[in-house]
Amino acid sequence: MTEPASRKLRADVAIVGGGIVGSSAALFLRRLGLSVVLLERGLCGAAASGVNYGGVRAQGRSPAQLPLALRARQIWSRLPDFIGIDGEYLASGHLKLARTEHDMAQLEAYARSVHGLGLDLQLLSGSAFHQRHRWLGDRAVGASWCPGDGHANPRLVSPGFARAARAAGAQVIEHCEVREFGHDGQRFLLDDGQGLIVSAPWLLNCAGAWALRLARAFGDDAPMESIHPGMAVTEPVPRFMEVNVGVEGGGIYGRQTARGNCVMGGSRGAASHPLYAQPRAQAIVELCQRMSEFFAPLAHARVIRFWSGVEGALPDHQPVIGPGTRQPQLLHAFGFCGAGFQTGPAVGEALAQWVHAGSAALPLAAFGIERFKSAAVAAPLHSLPTPS
Amino acid sequence: MTTVAIVGAGPAGLRAAEQLVRAGLRPVLIDEAAQVGGQIYRQPPAALQRPAKALYGFEAAKARALFERFSALQPQIDHRPGTLVWHIEGRNLHLLQGEQAASLPFDALILATGATDRVLPFPGWTLPGVFTLGAAQVALKAQASLIGPRVVFAGTGPLLYLVAWQTTQAGGAVQAVLDSAPANARRLALPQLLARPSVAAKGAYFLARLQLAGVPVLRGVRLLRAEGSDRVQRLHWQQGTRLQRSDCDAIAFGHGLRSETQLADLAGCVFDFDELDQAWLPRRDHAGRSSVAGVYLAGDGAAILGADAAEHSGALAAQALLNDLGGSAPAAAAPAPGQTAHRRFRQGLETLFPLPADWAAQAQDELVVCRCEEVTAGELRACVRDTGTRELNRLKALTRIGMGRCQGRMCAPAAARLLADAAGCSLAEVGRLRGQPPVKPVPIAALAAAWSAPGPVPAEERDD
Repeated sequence: MTEPASRKLRADVAIVGGGIVGSSAALFLRRLGLSVVLLERGLCGAAASGVNYGGVRAQGRSPAQLPLALRARQIWSRLPDFIGIDGEYLASGHLKLARTEHDMAQLEAYARSVHGLGLDLQLLSGSAFHQRHRWLGDRAVGASWCPGDGHANPRLVSPGFARAARAAGAQVIEHCEVREFGHDGQRFLLDDGQGLIVSAPWLLNCAGAWALRLARAFGDDAPMESIHPGMAVTEPVPRFMEVNVGVEGGGIYGRQTARGNCVMGGSRGAASHPLYAQPRAQAIVELCQRMSEFFAPLAHARVIRFWSGVEGALPDHQPVIGPGTRQPQLLHAFGFCGAGFQTGPAVGEALAQWVHAGSAALPLAAFGIERFKSAAVAAPLHSLPTPS
Repeated sequence: MTTVAIVGAGPAGLRAAEQLVRAGLRPVLIDEAAQVGGQIYRQPPAALQRPAKALYGFEAAKARALFERFSALQPQIDHRPGTLVWHIEGRNLHLLQGEQAASLPFDALILATGATDRVLPFPGWTLPGVFTLGAAQVALKAQASLIGPRVVFAGTGPLLYLVAWQTTQAGGAVQAVLDSAPANARRLALPQLLARPSVAAKGAYFLARLQLAGVPVLRGVRLLRAEGSDRVQRLHWQQGTRLQRSDCDAIAFGHGLRSETQLADLAGCVFDFDELDQAWLPRRDHAGRSSVAGVYLAGDGAAILGADAAEHSGALAAQALLNDLGGSAPAAAAPAPGQTAHRRFRQGLETLFPLPADWAAQAQDELVVCRCEEVTAGELRACVRDTGTRELNRLKALTRIGMGRCQGRMCAPAAARLLADAAGCSLAEVGRLRGQPPVKPVPIAALAAAWSAPGPVPAEERDD
């Protein structure tokens, strides 16, 4: 609101989207000495990056995502060095439960599939397992234990990356929605329709569930859908759960904060607005049923808030990370299907390396947008009308 | 059959129900309390029943009239007492009656959700024995008890004098009435208060009776701190340069009322900032239509105008609803004073009982603003200073203010003031907390039992 009526900004890199991916990319770009303008429609870290469950786990990620997840873990473990706050990050470990012997076999199969990739998994069962997690009773036959995983407070961490990027010299502009995307043959041109034009030779598309508008403006497309995970937080209850808990077969996951509140996720909400989501009553009831089933210490607890958020998801449950197919020096990073919070900082770092060195230090080939080639738009570049 | 639901069985909800019954409908009347009446006409349980005059004073005739009309209409009303509406989704209300969850599809909805105390905290306000004015009145009406033998009344607003007087009537010792409003406010407010002379006269009567009874009534008072070992024992305060102390067993305090708007928010209503109430309120037309078709707003839940205006707005909203349904609406049951007189009077009350303008600037860093999450004024200021936060939801995310059991119902007005003061912007600019269900905490077990046993987890929901 205090910005001048008309201005042009030039930078080495323009970033659209101030979630954890875009903000960490801005931070790492600054660390490499490049100039950055980041444009965020609302407030940085206020959408999926800021309202998600707060799980920080590598366990369960696909083998292709593990290098990112494990690099991210190194960043998480030194978070104050990067963003100046610990973000309530706790390396609590992640315990993935098996309800049945069949589920246990699935966990064993996953452990085999990631063997040798550096993930610290231990398969637990029998009396030692049950004695260690007495609150579970007989609701699980065993679990896969990943001690290097943990959880954190996304409301603090994701805005924290944006603040750190700004402190490192990135121009972070909030409440700024890009209306028109263009390219003059040398530089990308971003116009907010309010007098601001940003030009840069590189463009990072980190716009989360809303990334397709930018992608399509440059001839790329992907079959992304929005998902709305259902979330709940209970009133504080006596500490019973030291670890971040998930369940094979899914539908419920939970963690307990230092204050005693339990943060729980599972089921699906619904969009109530293009920018927000609200939990559906049916999803709330399902979530409560799953909470009752697994978390006996919550039998008499109350929920103080249900909420949801808007996340991008792709049919193969893998994100899009990598260059555009038609416009050079465009990089996409969106559609994280629930993995964006944990991997986000490493994705931001990889994007920065790509811009700086022409490639990332980690393998990203599995995430290219060209895997959805049949979905690509046949329209010429830059000719799509801006939505009203 | 058209289902019309009314949330809230206070004066607005009861009047709305009456209009709907006259038009041949059978409204569903939902209320958290065991009996109708709302806060102002709250009824005690049978064992503590007293004559209306003892319970409602000057308002006894109105209370009696409302109850009598309700009794006559009750067979035509689906009354659901003891029921919380914890969520609204589309055209469905989600209810919790005791430990029983249910949902209620509706065609039209009247929200008459009333008000609670507006609280501007002072040091020591979380001590046992410190109550809001509303809570002190609930104790009197519903529980036939005082909040303590010796009570100090503090803050500002009409309730300050009313509840103090009711306390003396019930045999309590009122140690002092400490009003933060400046001494010249009465003179300034008088012209507007004459919009409703009989109400103004009642206020003057309470004040005169308190003074006749020897109760010290002071204006221009600043609360310094409440103290006590296990519970409150004394209140330190200041008038001008004079430092004073009142010994007491309990304190009742408040700064006027705030509308309960969470259900309007969940229903998707558009909100505007209201300068008079210094709060974001759901938008409505002259008859109570909200921005959402089929959702109507009435009573103090829409804007703080008091019980008489609430009755009027309840009837008006019901008539608008009937008109919109295409039925023929009966004429208003009785001529009611125009909204303009109510609004002018309300402006007079704001002049008479202004919120302490320097409250945010004066609040010490150690002051606990959010008692659920124990967030202090200093933490809020530090957040604004360190992060440049100017928006209330962002302040919530970063400091946990409004994230606890009350979801900001108690602390949001104070937090918004502190944020505006620290960020150097207006109250309107800092915005309002976005509502999320449940409106009040709900037991997991009750919701889990709401529908049939859990089915298999769909493949697309297999997040872990």
